[in-house]
Amino acid sequence: MADVTLETGLGAKTAGEGAEPLPVQPALRPHYWLFVIPGMIVVVAVILVPWVFTLWMSLHEWKLGGSYSFVGLENYLRLPGDPRFTEAFVRTLVYSALAVVLPIILGTLAALVFHQEFPLRGFLRGVFVAPMMATPVAIAVVWTMMFNPQLGVLNYLLQLIGIKPQLWIFEASTVIPSLVVVETWQWTPLVMLIVLGGLAAIPSEPYESADIDGASAFQKFRYITLPMIAPFLMIAVIIRLIDALKSFDIIFAMTQGGPGTASETINLYLYQTAFAYFDIGYGSAITVVFFVLIILLSLATLYLRARTQWAEGGVAER
Amino acid sequence: MKRSPLQKLLLGLAIAVAVSPAILFFLWTISLSLKFEIENAASPPVFIPTQWAWSNYHEAIGSKNFIIYLRNSLIVTGAATLVALVVGVPAAYGITRMRATKAAVIVLIARMTPGLSFLIPLFLLFQWLGLLGTLWPQIIIHLVLTVPIVIWIMIGYFETTPLELEDAALIDGASRWQVFYYVALPIARPGITVAFILSVIFSWNNFVFGVVLAGRETRTLPVAVYNLLSFDQIAWGPLAAAALMVTLPPLLLTVFAQRQIIAGLTAGAVKGG
Repeated sequence: MADVTLETGLGAKTAGEGAEPLPVQPALRPHYWLFVIPGMIVVVAVILVPWVFTLWMSLHEWKLGGSYSFVGLENYLRLPGDPRFTEAFVRTLVYSALAVVLPIILGTLAALVFHQEFPLRGFLRGVFVAPMMATPVAIAVVWTMMFNPQLGVLNYLLQLIGIKPQLWIFEASTVIPSLVVVETWQWTPLVMLIVLGGLAAIPSEPYESADIDGASAFQKFRYITLPMIAPFLMIAVIIRLIDALKSFDIIFAMTQGGPGTASETINLYLYQTAFAYFDIGYGSAITVVFFVLIILLSLATLYLRARTQWAEGGVAER
Repeated sequence: MKRSPLQKLLLGLAIAVAVSPAILFFLWTISLSLKFEIENAASPPVFIPTQWAWSNYHEAIGSKNFIIYLRNSLIVTGAATLVALVVGVPAAYGITRMRATKAAVIVLIARMTPGLSFLIPLFLLFQWLGLLGTLWPQIIIHLVLTVPIVIWIMIGYFETTPLELEDAALIDGASRWQVFYYVALPIARPGITVAFILSVIFSWNNFVFGVVLAGRETRTLPVAVYNLLSFDQIAWGPLAAAALMVTLPPLLLTVFAQRQIIAGLTAGAVKGG
């Protein structure tokens, strides 16, 4: 069943909607194997083998450096009863929800701005995109200094507008919102780029007839722009969701899941389990659960790609 | 479209609001990196240093094996990108021409799964092979990032290159390899540039692989900066200077090759790692 969805999903993308179909003669296929084989060896060695090995390890009681024994699904059955995992799970969902909604709103607004023509637009778009391409650890270092309760510039700015100083990432109740601020700062540009592709694909006729009918700017946005970019927004939501779920660098570098476990997401708990407690079997089980979650979301993306006139839409096009 | 002065003003304001978080953040980073401790700890904060603390950069480069970590980063990113281009570009060509959709789906899923999920099995593998303590584990595991992104971007490019030229070359008796090398590859060159740039940036920026696999001698720059943050009682100035130097290559690439990067990002549309 999944196979069928995949096939149509990528088939549409590969063939390029609107392009005439170019059937491959079966006799020609073998000629291309030589091109694919080296890449395939690498993909099998560093991607497929680790996936299978992880699945196998998740069925074993296995401490790093020790012996291992087959325990079936026991590692998976431990998960629901492990408060640290369930808390991390809920925390990840809360963090991801915030880290999706805020960039979607701000990124859409920014796309409306960058859709206009103005001098230096290309350069300024590059500047706008810089946060998502900068080295995450470097960003984390500077944000940590800015969040510093005594010497950080953010508390100074808050004082200027009459808000009392915060402990930011150093207090359990504010650590998640503070990290969401960083994540939003970093990833709003990606939403902007995707929505910008959607805006570029809208034909001008609807606006012209709306102008004749005397529609206001807001009405044009609400009844023309928004419906037309809706598929792109959906794709942005899913991509953002996947990225937010697997967020690691910023959280690890800034708080390491702390204070206590107040910012420990699934990804961080997974890291701790495998590389601090050396519980390889249990860590693998967490990996598999996490993996399935992300695969499901990836499939949803593919499904949407196939349904959004992708090739005509412009985002994927050069 | 003609704009009224009011519209111009509003647009200018909107642009300023949009780019200011990025600009102010990086200006503040530069400011931190060029101030002595007294001014970095001053209240109210000092924005433009009264004395330029270039020594922060000397300290960041000099004291912490910066050159070794820079070399490690260059080797890991360079090797992982080179291998990814050598195997990934032909693979993308083959996948596109064979319409091997299942292979493409595997590549896409590999782009989306968290980097951490590859670490446990590969860590055990590297341990078993006795490779820990060398740069090989990091070079190999960075292929998890670079190979899928190269393949994914190049599929996008080979899909759009016209087949007529390739067919004509085949009829004239060229081998498939010659068609690839002399016809398809030159047309797809912009795609290779995009794939190269993004592969370099994602590999350069990667942190999670290094934090597990790197030892004292094999740290890459992001891991080294993280260690400065977490273990040393280091002053803010040198720390900001180190952070800025690490992120400078991706930043310069982004601002000066923004057209290529944006084309690649929207084609791949997922971050690395």
